[in-house]
Order: sequence, then structure tokens, then C-alpha cells
Amino acid sequence: MSWLAICPLEDIPPLGARVVASPNGDIAVFRAADDRVFALRDQCPHKGGPLSQGIVHGERVTCPLHNWVIDLQSGEATGADSGCTHAFPIRVTDGQVWLDFSGATGDAADDTAEVPVACREAG
Amino acid sequence: MDTANDKPRLVLIGNGMAGMRTVEELLKLTPDMYDITVFGAEPWGNYNRIMLSPVLASEKTVDEIMLNDDAWYAERGITLHKGRRIERIDRVNRRVIAEDGTEAPYDRLLLATGSDPVMIPVPGHELEGVVAFRDIHDVDAMLAASRAHQHAVVIGGGLLGLEAANGLMRQGMEVTVVHLMDHLMERQLDAEAAGMLRGSLEERGMRFRMAHQTEAILGEDRVTGVRFTDGSEVEADLVVMAVGIRPNTALAESAGLHCERGVVVNDTMQTYDPSIYAVGECVQHRGATYGLVAPLWEQAKVCANHLAEYGIGRYEGSMTSTKLKVTGIDLFSAGDFTGDETTEDLVFKDAARGVYKRLVLKDNRIQGAVLYGDTLDGSWYFQLMRDGTPVADIRENLLFGQAHIGDSGHGDEASRVAAMPDNAEICGCNGVCKGEIVQAISEHKLFTLEDVRAHTKASNSCGSCTGLVESLLATTLGGDYSDAPAKKPVCACTDHSHDEVRAAITRDGLKTMDAVFEALDWKTPNGCHVCRPALNYYLLAAWPKDYQDDAQSRFINERAHGNIQKDGTYSVVPRIWGGVTTPAELRAIAEVAERYQVPTVKFTGGQRIDLLGVKKADLPAMWRDLGDAGFVSGHAYGKALRTVKTCVGSEWCRFGTQDSTGLGIQLERMSWGSWTPHKFKMAVSGCPRNCAEATIKDLGVVCVDSGYELHVGGNGGVKVRATDFLCKVETEAEVLEYAGAFMQFYREDARYLERTAPWIERVGLTRVKERLVDDAENRAALYARFLESQEVAQVDPWAERAAGHAAHEFIPITPVDAPPRQGVSA
Repeated sequence: MSWLAICPLEDIPPLGARVVASPNGDIAVFRAADDRVFALRDQCPHKGGPLSQGIVHGERVTCPLHNWVIDLQSGEATGADSGCTHAFPIRVTDGQVWLDFSGATGDAADDTAEVPVACREAG
Repeated sequence: MDTANDKPRLVLIGNGMAGMRTVEELLKLTPDMYDITVFGAEPWGNYNRIMLSPVLASEKTVDEIMLNDDAWYAERGITLHKGRRIERIDRVNRRVIAEDGTEAPYDRLLLATGSDPVMIPVPGHELEGVVAFRDIHDVDAMLAASRAHQHAVVIGGGLLGLEAANGLMRQGMEVTVVHLMDHLMERQLDAEAAGMLRGSLEERGMRFRMAHQTEAILGEDRVTGVRFTDGSEVEADLVVMAVGIRPNTALAESAGLHCERGVVVNDTMQTYDPSIYAVGECVQHRGATYGLVAPLWEQAKVCANHLAEYGIGRYEGSMTSTKLKVTGIDLFSAGDFTGDETTEDLVFKDAARGVYKRLVLKDNRIQGAVLYGDTLDGSWYFQLMRDGTPVADIRENLLFGQAHIGDSGHGDEASRVAAMPDNAEICGCNGVCKGEIVQAISEHKLFTLEDVRAHTKASNSCGSCTGLVESLLATTLGGDYSDAPAKKPVCACTDHSHDEVRAAITRDGLKTMDAVFEALDWKTPNGCHVCRPALNYYLLAAWPKDYQDDAQSRFINERAHGNIQKDGTYSVVPRIWGGVTTPAELRAIAEVAERYQVPTVKFTGGQRIDLLGVKKADLPAMWRDLGDAGFVSGHAYGKALRTVKTCVGSEWCRFGTQDSTGLGIQLERMSWGSWTPHKFKMAVSGCPRNCAEATIKDLGVVCVDSGYELHVGGNGGVKVRATDFLCKVETEAEVLEYAGAFMQFYREDARYLERTAPWIERVGLTRVKERLVDDAENRAALYARFLESQEVAQVDPWAERAAGHAAHEFIPITPVDAPPRQGVSA
């Protein structure tokens, strides 16, 4: 684990998202109505839409390209869709958001973000 | 409660369509609230009873009409007792007892005991070979008889009787239909249509004994014939009684529940014992009993809502329509077609083609419809009837169908979809083909548009293929889909319709989204991507000066003031008033395009310039540069006033009759920045040559020598629709007033994401004219409200963002030890 302080919680609007530019592609950081935060690779499992630009509701986000609804906790598509995007460990301490994107490392070739992203194991 | 997990126990008596539909709706709302036990008298799982006719006709198999198999119940932890009839309800101790002694305690009981076929008690009715047409068992008996015997008599010339007769004929039997009245299906058809129906059934070989009353069924052990009261007889090896159904109230009555013709329930589907609910054909609601599927679904929804303790749904009765499920015979009937001195008849008859249509109008609205031979417009008439849409303006074309009213250019959807090959693309947005949709419908037993959307994605984006998908549902399900409930909730977060939500917002003075969620018992804490944008719009339209717009409830296009493109970049469209620009402006746009390395510069269909492929982080700076050159946002991304297209008009054109360019600019200056239920486009043409294509716009002005013709409800989009003529006015000031008033009426009346074309087809041009043209006072008031909301609406979002507003939207967070991304400044 390598936790990185990314921003104060208040920099993310409630029911909104911000993008963290990582060397291995964008990571979307979401804030739910109850101030819990979630982090997903900013790429819909369907056609790679930027999830950070979607509408957040409950523990879900709707992709702005084709309305897939993705679970923020697991990165899994919900409803009748199936697919998954990588979820990253994230936490808030004293109003500061910490992200561990060590899971996103890989060789630089992954940068193109065309490589399918494996899902985090359950739990 | 003494169950191990302390959950309240729900017992369902009746494993049929209504009961299980209620359970399914309940599970959708609250999957874990109850311990559920289901008793079914039939030894099968839950099946689609309305499809028994196709099974009898060998068009479907029993397996194909099963809805939920045993595994389905097991997966959901539902205890299913198949083939166990409940004998007694012990209301004192709250338990039910089956014939075989099985007992189940309940906290809530749901009765869905359905109905029994009426058996005429004539002598011989208990002979072998006399059956009803009600369940799989009856169908099996009929199929067995058809293999061993030749002569069948069907007693009853109603919907069910004719479907049974058709099925038996398809199995090779000689069939005689006996009917008490002198015309068939007298409750659904007038004499004319009934005569045509009889004619075509006779052509297929069906025989009829009209106005015949059965006196006795003949035979020793097995039936051999039928004798009528006039003394005549007919040979028979099989007699099917299809003279009607009777709500099955025996169990309820024995338990002391109040019953009349059916188990009496209130608007929340509760019987006189508040812990006992009832749904389906066993029920009597406001004096009516129902034998069709659509009302059962509406009842199921309401009942589930109350079982889930949401307590907000009400069932207020259903309007029903009928189709005959006999392949090759098209017949549709809805409403009351009896008619009297207060009604008018519109009749179309083409005997050679076998087409008959009759509409009964009362007070300018459709009260009843009978269609024979050509039923493509049945669901449209039904919709007009259910919505009470005034039809005076379309009366002359009404009988020719919807294709002759709106929707021009695409024709009728039902026939189009039927003719399509399986690999034809239905949903262009998501690339879904007809075959995939049909397969999903049959494989997953889908009933509703929502289900199809969830499973296939078809109709889930722009929605332009919704009609096609509905047609596919209708053809795949065998025609019962058009009976779907009239009231559609905004989304799965609520049971309230768009209209109810809007009404509540103004009536109860709800001014925040949370207030709406609270007052209307939203099922989700903060809605979803469907309802939040709608609510945001409704609140904004209702309280333009009080409501605080919620950016997080806007689709990204409106939040970032540009259209999101497939690669995640955006497009930028500066407003160019009336389409008129200058060399300086063009130069400024060109410079901005070069400065930000815009890959594509393109003219839009609305005479504006589109700069495509812009990185989100570049947007505010680009807007600032455009703003410095005098531009404001063109709102090309919004459910808002988009453009006012113009021609050059009298200033240059040798045919131009008025200053169409100048008028277009005035219209755009007045209305820019306004939010509307869907995008809104205008155009002004300088003469009837119509170079600005004003007659396919939401509002179009066509200048003529003596003034201005106003046209509304046009659409050059997914469904091409020419405008309706609203009225003619003489001055530019009047054009502005009418345009503002029309926009405001649309803003206040239409549902979110409903463009003017479908809105006008739904509410009727007559109503729009009444409110805008005939009622000068109302027009002035609408115009005043429009101008008032424009006082706060005309703020350029580009200037705001360029000045730093909502900056977080555009700037990524850059983590400390990651290399900063190109083009990003913190």
C-alpha cells in the first residue's frame, strides 16, 4: 500500500467527482451524499466513457456516454449489464482524502488505457 | 412473530399472474422485507395465462409461456406450495390451511384467487368431454380431444370462445361456435365489425349457430352432441364452455370478507380486513371487475407499494382495450362504442379490403374505438382516448391513422418493425438489433419497456427507437403490451408520474430537491440519473428566481457547457445571433480554433460554428478568449433554446416579404438562456419558399406579405414532423409575444425530455390554440412569466466559468508525485 494525500474532501463536490491524473491513466474520485468517497479507474467497462463526468446517485454513478450504471464500491456494472472497472482503495482522514493507486501500476505501455483492467478481488 | 429471523410473513394464495406480479413488484421495492410463502392450486409454476390461446393453436409451447420456474422461487427464498388448494383462512389466528393440512401463518395475506369459468348448468354439463378454457389442464384436454375426435362445439362467441374455436380448428377439428346473441363479441364489437369477423372466420371453415341457446349436452359417458332450445341438435365429441368468468370469491367469503361480484377492495387493494389484500380477477374495485392483464399490473404495482409500506400508490380503475389473438385476424376494440344522441360516429369501411374502423367521439374526444382488418392505429387511438386529447384539429385525418397526422417520413412503426429482418438495427445509439431484442423478450420473459432497456440497452439513450421497441414488445408478446398501464412513473425511484411531480412542486410549494424527495416519499436517498435532471428542470421552471440550480443533477453536457464526444472531449459552439456574423467574429473564432488546436471546425445544421475535440481542461480559457471577442455560449449542449435559423429575407432576397433575419435575431435575443424540457429550435423564413426550413422547427415563422404565419411542433430530428399551423399575426411584436408564450406553455406543461412534437400530439393542438390563440389574457400572462424568468436566465455560463465559477469541474487533481498532465494548470 502506498497512500497518497490527494485533496481535502471539500474539493470534491457532494454527489460529484474529481479526476486524479495518475501515470497509468485517470482515476475518478467520487463523493457520495454522506461524504463517503470512492475511487474507480475513470473508464466505463462498456466503451471507456469517463465515469468522473457522470451523475452520482446513492453508491452508483451513471456513465455519461451510454447510461451504464456502475457500482462505486466494486466498480461492477449493475442491472442487466456486466463488466467491471478497477476500484482503488481510498479513505478520508481529518478531512483529507487519501488514495492508494499502487494497484494501477504497470509498465508504461499500459498508459494507453486500452488494456482491459482487472477487477479488484472481492473485499 | 415467531419466525427465526423475525421477518413479517406474507402469504400469497394464488400462483397466477396477478399474485406473482405483485410479489415481483414487491421484491423490486424491498427484496428482504418479508418471508414469502406462495400457495398455488395448479401443479405448475407461474405461467402467462394470456398466452394459452397460442398454445392451443400450437403457436407456442407450454414451456414458452412459463414465467418463473421453481429455481426462481428458490433463489429468492420464497416457499412455493404447488398443487395445494387453500381450504380455509383463519383470520383470528392469522393462518391459512390447505386441503392437505399444510398450514402457514401470516402477518399479511394476499388473495389472488383469480376467477372460475362459468359452466352453464344444463343437463349433461358434467359429461366427459365438456371443458372450460381456463388453464393448462383444459388446454391439454382440448389437445387430447383434437387428436382422437373430430367435432367440437364452443359455447360462447366472445373473445375467449373465438380463440378456443380458432385453436381447435388449427388442430384439425370441425368447430361450431354457439352464441346466444345474434352478433359475435357484442361487448367489444358493433354489429358491422362483428359481421365482418364472422365472415372471415366462416371463410376459414368455422361454423356458427347464432342466437342459439343451449338446452342440453347429450351423451352417455362422453359427450355426443348439443341440443338447443329450438329443438335442433349438433354433433360434438368435445364441448368447450367459454361463456364468461366469475371472480373466485368462495375462500374470501368463507373467511367472512365482504364480497359482492368479487372480493371488494379499496384504492389501496385492501379488503375489509386491513391485513388482507387482494388483486386480480377475484377483485371488485369501485364496482368493476377485470378480466384483462393490464389492470392486474396496475393493481399489482399499487398493492406492492402498500405491502412495502410506502403507502403512496392508489389504484383508480383502468380503461381497457381488447385484441383478438387469432393469427391473421386483426381486431381491436376499446372504450364505449354504444353511442347516443350526444356522440358522433366517424366510420370508415372498405369491404373489399376487409377494413372497418369506427370511432365514437364525445365532446371532441374519443370515447370508443372499433377497428377491424387494420388495427395498426389501435394503440394510438387508445392513447388519445386515455389522455382525453381533443381531436378537433386532426378529425379529418383521424381515421386514416397516425401516419397521416404526425410522424411523417417514418410511417407506421408496427408494420415497419414487423417487416424488418432480425439483423435490422433498432437502436442506433447502442447498436441493438431486432433479433437481440426479440430474443431477450422471450428468453427473459420481459413485459415492459423498462425491462427491455435494462436487458438490451435498446431505447436507453436518445429514446428515438422507443416506439419501435414498444412495437416489438407488442408483436412478441402477442398484442397485450399495448394494454400496459397509462401512468408511467418518472423512474424506478418513485411511483409518481411526471405530471404528479410537477403538480406537487407548485401546489405544495416545494422548492428544493430534498423537499420533493421528502414530500413524495422517494425510494432512493438522492434519486438517480433519470429523475434528478427532471426534478432540477421542474424546480427551475416553477421557481426561476428562488430555486438554486443543482449542477450535480445536470447531465455532463449542461454541467460542462459543451457536448461530450465519444473520446471524452467536448465541442464548443458560440452563439451567432440569427446566423449573422462578421469578418471580425470569424477571425476571432479562427484564432481561438488555432490557439487551442481544435481538430475539427464545422457548421452545424443550425447555422452556427462547431469547434470539436476540445479538452475539458481547456474549456474555460477558450471561453474567456471567445468572450473577449464578444461571444456568449450557444447552448448547443442544453435542453434549452438552441438556435434561431433565418434566411436573408427582405433585406437581400428578391422574394423576401419581411425582415426575417432581423426578426430571428430579436427572437434569439429574447429567448437565449432559457431552459426547456428538451432542446428548442426556431426559424424564420422570409417567404413561403421557406429557405430557413421553419416548418420542421419547434416554432417556425413564415413571413408573408400580410404578416407572419406561426407554426409549432415541428421536428427535423429522429422523427421528422412538419409543424402544425398555429395562427397568423400582423406585427413583429406579436410574433415575439406568441413565441414567448408558446415557449412558456411548453416549459410549464411538457414532461422533461419531451420535445414539442410528441407533446403537441399528446395534449392536442386544440388545447394549445385554446390557451394561446383564443385566450389573449392567458397568452399575455404566459409571456409575462417567460420574460420574468428570462431576467435571471440570461447569464452567460461561459463568462461565469471563465471568471472561475465551478472551476473544480474543469481542473483535475494532480497527485504529488505523479507527473502533471499536459495542458493542466492548477
